[in-house]
Amino acid sequence: MAEASSTANNGVNVAALIAAREALTEAPAAAQFKWRAACEWKDGTHSHSTVEGFYGLGQEQHHKRTFTFDADHPEIFASEDKGATPVEYVLVGLASCLTAGIAAVAQHRNIQLRSVTATLEGDMDVQGILGIDDDVRNGFGGIKVTYKIDADAKREDIEALVAQSQKRSAVYDIVTNPTNVTVVVD
Amino acid sequence: MRATAIRTVTTVVIGAGHAGLAMSRCLSERSIDHVVLERGEVAHTWRTERWDSLRLLTPNWQSRLPGFQYNGSDPEGYRTLAEVIEFIGSYAKAISAPVRTHTTVASARSTESGYLVRTDQGDWLCRAIVVASGACNIADVPTFANSVPPSIMQLTAQEYRNPEQLADGGVLVVGASSSGTQIAYEIHRSGRPVTLSVGEHIRAPRVYRGKDLEWWMDAAGLLDERYDEMDDIARARRVPSLQLAGTPDRSTLDINALTEIGVKLVGRLGGISEDGKAQFSGSLRNMCALSDLKMGRLLDRIDEWAQKNGFDDAAGPPHRLPPTRVEPAPPLGMDLTIGEVKAIIWATGYRPDYSWLEVPVLDRKGRLRHDGGIVSSPGMYLMGTQFMRRRKSALIDGAGDDARDLSAHLMSYLDTRPARKMA
Repeated sequence: MAEASSTANNGVNVAALIAAREALTEAPAAAQFKWRAACEWKDGTHSHSTVEGFYGLGQEQHHKRTFTFDADHPEIFASEDKGATPVEYVLVGLASCLTAGIAAVAQHRNIQLRSVTATLEGDMDVQGILGIDDDVRNGFGGIKVTYKIDADAKREDIEALVAQSQKRSAVYDIVTNPTNVTVVVD
Repeated sequence: MRATAIRTVTTVVIGAGHAGLAMSRCLSERSIDHVVLERGEVAHTWRTERWDSLRLLTPNWQSRLPGFQYNGSDPEGYRTLAEVIEFIGSYAKAISAPVRTHTTVASARSTESGYLVRTDQGDWLCRAIVVASGACNIADVPTFANSVPPSIMQLTAQEYRNPEQLADGGVLVVGASSSGTQIAYEIHRSGRPVTLSVGEHIRAPRVYRGKDLEWWMDAAGLLDERYDEMDDIARARRVPSLQLAGTPDRSTLDINALTEIGVKLVGRLGGISEDGKAQFSGSLRNMCALSDLKMGRLLDRIDEWAQKNGFDDAAGPPHRLPPTRVEPAPPLGMDLTIGEVKAIIWATGYRPDYSWLEVPVLDRKGRLRHDGGIVSSPGMYLMGTQFMRRRKSALIDGAGDDARDLSAHLMSYLDTRPARKMA
């Protein structure tokens, strides 16, 4: 795709993404990815997870290094607070995915971003997870994401970046739509 | 009984809707002998696959076919179903189109010199073929429709005729483009409470700055935009229909108009579990935001054009519709087994039927491979699909320019491929 000299630089290699999109249109098998994580229980509600390898473009792939995550429950849950809670990891996942999307869409639309920050809040009635009330779900009752964006663009164009990011976000889809989860014991 | 003689003709046109007829007129003007094969009567799908109260969403003046146009007394009005059928039927007569009715095409395949078209009324050998069989042959229904409890009546927008088909009680309408919003409105007004499942949709005001939206789209050249001028034509061809309706009072039938009369909104229907629980996406707010933003960009383009072309004085002042209202926490699920919903209307789009086309011109998703209507098999042409050649290709008003272009190409194709003797 021929693009007039782009003045915005948000650090996203849009040309590479567009080339990848064209290549994968012709080779859909190469578009089949598998993302992975491994988790080891430590003690109490504390567990330690690692992310290292994934599958895509027809072969096994590796991150530059192994990423590690500690998860735990807070002290008011009578735990040790050795890491963020799993549900906070979900908020981080959602925020990261949407934010990356905003940068990519802004690059594609030649909008220079100066700063982008998101604050997230997920409501949870813990009567669900504590089994006190069957009518209360375990997960979030709702999630609110608030973006503060300073960019070279009109308000509608910034809103459009955020809307388009949601439209193409993996984690937004995972959180807002049903996903099959199969858990087996080896 | 099948006729035993094979007939030969230079061109076979499949489908006697407005697109096939427009092509027929252009072929006649170029003295290219042809036949138009129609499985029913002229304007068959208007007669058999649309709901009773349907009106065109384009104003009457905007049906300009080659050699024919609207000459009635209500140019700004929107034709009823009966009037559309009459209009297309009159067109066929006015141009003396060589239509063979009640002729169903069973297959079309390549031969040495062109194509062999087999029908239930005999076979045709031809040098060129025009696929004008329509883009809306099959109603798309998600596979999880199989999990809908059997006590709930299911109709597609193709099967829906009027609210009296439905039992008293709640109705779930799935899809909020042009068909879905009109059907939801009508059913809710009949006293059957409607829940509308909303995915991607393209909101637009019926009248903007005192003029019909379609007038602006036409005048500003938007409808004439060509397929080869688009950044992503594949995406443009998948965009759902404008959320417009031919309302006699020219009111805008958008989601706000529906919630105002009490229709309940839910997000896109993501699935139905085996125990009959419908799951709606939590993305409703963003779907509506995307649609509002898209509408804003369309109206910006119109305002820009109006300003540059001296319409600012004649037209009313620029304005914007209020944002689509979405409640803070729309329901994410609905138990279909408890009897509140008596019927589901699937207004979830259509796809063409190319099962009879035995020429390898389909891509891996079953879409015809073509370049602005010139199909990837020599001497084969397409008419009437969404953004086929121009943004207006699927409109009645779009058939003329497309037919003119493609009949010219067809003619030069015939000139460079002299007919071989057919054994």
